[in-house]
Amino acid sequence: MIATKSVADELAAAAPIKGRSLWADARARFFRNKAAVAGLIALVCVMLFALIGPFISPWNNEDIDWNVLGNVAEAGRPSLETGHWFGTDALGRDLFARTVQGTQISLMVGIVGALISVIVGTLYGAVAGYFGGRIDAIMMRTVDVLMSIPYMFVLILLLVVFGRSMLMLFIGIGLVSWLDMARIARGQTLSLRSKEYVEAAIATGVRPFTIILRHIVPNLLGVVIVYATLLVPSMIIYESFISFLGLGVQEPLTSWGALINAGAAEMNKSTLWMLAWPLFFFVITLFGFFFVGDGLRDALDPKDR
Amino acid sequence: MSAPLLEAEEVSVTFDVPRAGAWPWTPPDRLQAVKAASITLEPGKTLGLVGESGSGKSTLARAIVGTVPVSSGRVLWRGQDWAAASPRQRRAHGRHVQMVFQDPLAALNPRMNVGQVVAEPLVTHFPEMPRSEVRKKVGAMMERVGLLPSLVNRYPHEFSGGQCQRIGIARALITEPDLVICDEPVSALDVSVQAQVVNLLQSLQRDMGLALMFIAHDVSVVRHISHRIAVMYLGRIVETAEASELVENPCHPYTRALIASVPIPSPKAERARHRPVLQGELPSPLAPPSGCIFRTRCPIARDTCAQAVPEFNDIGGQHYVACPYLPGSS
Repeated sequence: MIATKSVADELAAAAPIKGRSLWADARARFFRNKAAVAGLIALVCVMLFALIGPFISPWNNEDIDWNVLGNVAEAGRPSLETGHWFGTDALGRDLFARTVQGTQISLMVGIVGALISVIVGTLYGAVAGYFGGRIDAIMMRTVDVLMSIPYMFVLILLLVVFGRSMLMLFIGIGLVSWLDMARIARGQTLSLRSKEYVEAAIATGVRPFTIILRHIVPNLLGVVIVYATLLVPSMIIYESFISFLGLGVQEPLTSWGALINAGAAEMNKSTLWMLAWPLFFFVITLFGFFFVGDGLRDALDPKDR
Repeated sequence: MSAPLLEAEEVSVTFDVPRAGAWPWTPPDRLQAVKAASITLEPGKTLGLVGESGSGKSTLARAIVGTVPVSSGRVLWRGQDWAAASPRQRRAHGRHVQMVFQDPLAALNPRMNVGQVVAEPLVTHFPEMPRSEVRKKVGAMMERVGLLPSLVNRYPHEFSGGQCQRIGIARALITEPDLVICDEPVSALDVSVQAQVVNLLQSLQRDMGLALMFIAHDVSVVRHISHRIAVMYLGRIVETAEASELVENPCHPYTRALIASVPIPSPKAERARHRPVLQGELPSPLAPPSGCIFRTRCPIARDTCAQAVPEFNDIGGQHYVACPYLPGSS
């Protein structure tokens, strides 16, 4: 700034200096956090398992191995020779293929639920918080009313009335997942709205929705991302519970909840692997998401440490 | 005297303050932040606005910019009332009136780089302008406010307070506005940087023919940059005059107290000086005193002050005072 003219000219002619955005800073902080990186690696492994598992599995998740049937406790145990790497379930179906398939469904449920909540909840909360006043009151009371409905009851009713399908499951989860997010986003927006850069944008004449998208939402994202990573496991648990009750995805499709349910039912027949494999992936994934969520929170909000 | 660029006529701003623990339908308390303030600003001139914290300076500025609704009165821009304009018209108006803020860092979106911040008004008001031209203009404006154009990819947190304020000024000037409202632009800066920023504003004003509205609580800074000064107390303008006239011949007791509070950079002179220090606190704007609002702290207050609001008198040479008891008259 105080450089002499010639130096200033030289610098001005030089290529623009690359700045370090807050996102870049946060990324560096995240990768210094060992637990978070371990969680991220675990999650990547689980996702790779779900993605490439179907191509390396010698068995299909629907086919019954008739050699095993009737003698699951002996012939169905995990072994490399039979190709049942994770063993078989009580009906003689390959557990590896079924776990891969259950992982796909469970991750999809978690990620779709979190995505719905991020997109709908953030925009809804930002709009309510930004406009304030009567619009805010109406929008947030709507959220309160929706929250007061016992969601498990609604979801069970949906699945019973419209039949058990993936679509219904997503609709049911989407209906409830954005409510908390809307509240969080709205609360954050209330404090962001009084920031001077928002006022500067208003004074400049930027349109309200542009302000929300350009100034409010990017500054909300830190909180939203953290909450979303913590929401994915709760969605997975939610779906597992539904499946555990027998209302989730329909056979031959399966999910972690359904697999754990089936494994738990066979626990006293010395076929513990039926419970152990899906439970292992379930626990690994939940821990992974929690560690990544914690790491993101620390990385995105350095003031809070 | 040329036609005024901006006139505020009897502008009042009232906020509703909900009473704590009251029913939703009980009427809220009314906080009169600005009461019947009138100011005039000519093109290319600077109006200084001084007053202590809570005197409504910033609220008046925001009412003029339009981020705070005007409860009564009119804001005339080149003779047109735009307090009554539609939101769309008002947004388009943002091209002509820009604002510089007190906290230089808080006024910049931390997620946007400097180039995006400075370009925002341009992109908003000239959406069809090609990006290469936007970039060229941003670079030129950065250079004009004393920043290297190669810093456009940096983020606000990588700059010092003075640099951030320059970025804020660059953003305010990129659309070549006619009026820039500076809301305490130097209060958060070091004294040495204050001088740089004030001088920058002055040279920009000369080059671009800007009108400035300069808000501060420091009379010496305002005097340095302003042509006219208006003094505010508890939402009301109590005195306005040409800058040198106001500083040399302050007539309202509040103005005199304000000017007396400016330190003299000489210990001897400072010690020898008699200073009428103001007693007490600013009264609550929820329950302002009757009659003259300054009477609770006024050294020359008398019984009649509580009865009627004092008239705004011209005492000659465009010098207006809201106090009937001028120095030397009693």
